[in-house]
Amino acid sequence: MNWLLPYPLLSAALLALWLLLNQSISPGHIVLGSVIAILASWVMAALRPEKPRIRRPGAALRLAGIVLFDILRSNIAVGRIIVRSREPGMNAGFLTIPLDMRSHQGLAVLSLIITSTPGTIWLDYDAAKGTLMLHVLDLVDETVWIETIKGRYERLLMEIFE
Amino acid sequence: MTTLGDFPDWAAWLVALCVLAGSAVTLIGSIGLLRLGNFYARVHAPTLGATFGMGAILVGSALFFSVLETRPVVHEILIAVFVTCTTPVTLMLLARAALYRDRTEGSSDVPPADAAENPLPPQQG
Repeated sequence: MNWLLPYPLLSAALLALWLLLNQSISPGHIVLGSVIAILASWVMAALRPEKPRIRRPGAALRLAGIVLFDILRSNIAVGRIIVRSREPGMNAGFLTIPLDMRSHQGLAVLSLIITSTPGTIWLDYDAAKGTLMLHVLDLVDETVWIETIKGRYERLLMEIFE
Repeated sequence: MTTLGDFPDWAAWLVALCVLAGSAVTLIGSIGLLRLGNFYARVHAPTLGATFGMGAILVGSALFFSVLETRPVVHEILIAVFVTCTTPVTLMLLARAALYRDRTEGSSDVPPADAAENPLPPQQG
């Protein structure tokens, strides 16, 4: 089973992608999509990336919910700064956060979460010291941001990936 | 299959609401590009269009075509997944290029490369 499906989740995602793209669940598309998904996972196996282990699917779902809610909230917050503030961006600044997470996949997901949330961008990660530099649009209270990223995202990501 | 003529009112209102909300948020993001002061602050503005703006327009699109063709049309999910995975990569690349340039020029507005161990006080952007 291991030689046929080296990355079962990747294959499943590719099959779902194929079926969604073709808007069909006919047997023909399932067969064609499965062949493509398996071939693509063999290509991935030839590249030999470090295989991620997703430990707790429940935590992943909870994280997705939290992130969706936070993105909605930051949209409103950033929109309000742009529309209302007389000099928007006056509170912007850089912020350095020490991270405990070392998992590459976890850091990749964290960078996507931070950058796609309006108001925060991932700027620089120092792998030797484990510190992350962000740019924050509304940097009034640093501890709130550190608490959000470490307490809300990093803790759940460490549960999932480490 | 419904024709455009007898598209139900409730769905038309919902679609209009979603598309208008999405475009309004995207417009605010674009105004932000104009109003914000420096490069790092400006990178924040387009994320409005790439998150909520995109999401609301895609929900409107999925709803419109699902009602029109009387079957679930959900391949908008793919657009959402692709945009969510690719936009941050571009933004990070832009912001990191700007940071690299500013550090090379010795700009005092950005923290230097070796200051990462001490959390910095908020700086005026």
